[in-house]
Amino acid sequence: MVDFGFGLVPSSRINLDLFDKGKYEELAALEPDVRICMACGSCTAVCTAGKFEPTSLREAIEDIKNARADKALQMLEPCQLCGKCSMVCPRGINTRHLILSINKIYSEK
Amino acid sequence: MIYEGKQKIWSEYQKEIPDDHYFYVRSCIRQSFFPASEATFLDITRNVLEKDIFETEHHTTCGGIAYHSDTIPQETVMTIIARQFALMAKHGYENYVCSCITSFGLYCETMETWREFPELEAKIRENLWKSCKLEFAKPKFLVHASDLIYKYRNQIAAQAVRKLVNVHTGEPLKVVEHIGCHYSKMFPSKGVGGAEYPYVLVGMIEAWGGEIVDYPERRHCCGFGFRQYFIKGNRGYSLSNTHKKFESMEPFKPDLIITNCPGCPYFLDRWQYVIAESTGKTYGQDGHGIPALTYEEVAGLVMGYDPWDLGLQTHQVGVEPLLDKMGVEYDPAKKFLGKNGKDLGSPVPCSCLK
Repeated sequence: MVDFGFGLVPSSRINLDLFDKGKYEELAALEPDVRICMACGSCTAVCTAGKFEPTSLREAIEDIKNARADKALQMLEPCQLCGKCSMVCPRGINTRHLILSINKIYSEK
Repeated sequence: MIYEGKQKIWSEYQKEIPDDHYFYVRSCIRQSFFPASEATFLDITRNVLEKDIFETEHHTTCGGIAYHSDTIPQETVMTIIARQFALMAKHGYENYVCSCITSFGLYCETMETWREFPELEAKIRENLWKSCKLEFAKPKFLVHASDLIYKYRNQIAAQAVRKLVNVHTGEPLKVVEHIGCHYSKMFPSKGVGGAEYPYVLVGMIEAWGGEIVDYPERRHCCGFGFRQYFIKGNRGYSLSNTHKKFESMEPFKPDLIITNCPGCPYFLDRWQYVIAESTGKTYGQDGHGIPALTYEEVAGLVMGYDPWDLGLQTHQVGVEPLLDKMGVEYDPAKKFLGKNGKDLGSPVPCSCLK
């Protein structure tokens, strides 16, 4: 086989049929703020853990909406719950509480 | 639906294509990729259809590649285009036909921008005068070269020596048609059939006896996408894009792909080689690929042109299985001989793609 220095990249296709609406509604009932996130990325920009590990609340919320809860949980794993993100959120979202709720709801099989 | 109503709706998807007297502008990359396509277009329109198609050696690139790669600003590209329009006006033409889909999209975008912002048009007029001492007139009709072949598809069919039919089985060839994204996705009213039902290539295939393949990713991009290809780090995305199309069309076993854009036949052709050599996967029959041809090459084949005069040897995917199916006579010994009879040199054989 020839190495061209580039190759096929994994598919980023999103299968929305896999989106678990029940769990999302459960999360939204507990944390209505998940609906008002505008994905500005301020939380990611200030994240202390994010400087060392791939972690982003913005990306985790997007992953949940795109039926990739496993990836969201993996994304939030390095979070130390320091709360810097909640201080900069322009929508005033209680991000720490939201992270804990995501972990609680989506960790349940 | 009432038939007349259906006809009325379909009429809204049509485009006015003048009969004759065109100023022709070549594509900068097509001449390198598939060098005989434009020559075939000119030969068919001038000598077979007897139309007045004028071209000048003074025209340049439209600047589309630089513009879509974010290396030159829009005002610069508009001034380049204004210069092309000035050449058209200078030679007394009002109908503009271009060979390239990127150019076609850019001309549409420029004309539409000038319509929305007349002050910008005035500024470009000033820029052109300052830089070239030229004045331009906007074309009355702007068409793509495939529009013209589409318009005369039945006349070409009447003069054709063969059809898009498998001579061994009598079955029509299964043809995938791929329209360049900038043909009608940006300005649907500028393309035959609009963005929803692009008919420009379908019309040709139907007229020349082929059968259309309708597959899920039919309107997906070919994978060119300018920056996705030009930057090596992004090239995997371009390849994956094309791979997605081939995976989608493979179950329908197409015999041929016909395109109307400079980039599409190139990427649908060359990426088959890269996919085959890097993964071992081929999409045609018995280890062959699916030939991806331009509409001029297909028109030339049905009209009986010699396949090597059409430049079919410049394709990475071998066209011989297609020529055999169509019953086209060819001399394998002359495949890599130039017009002057000199050896052009042949490519290194592929390990996976036949």
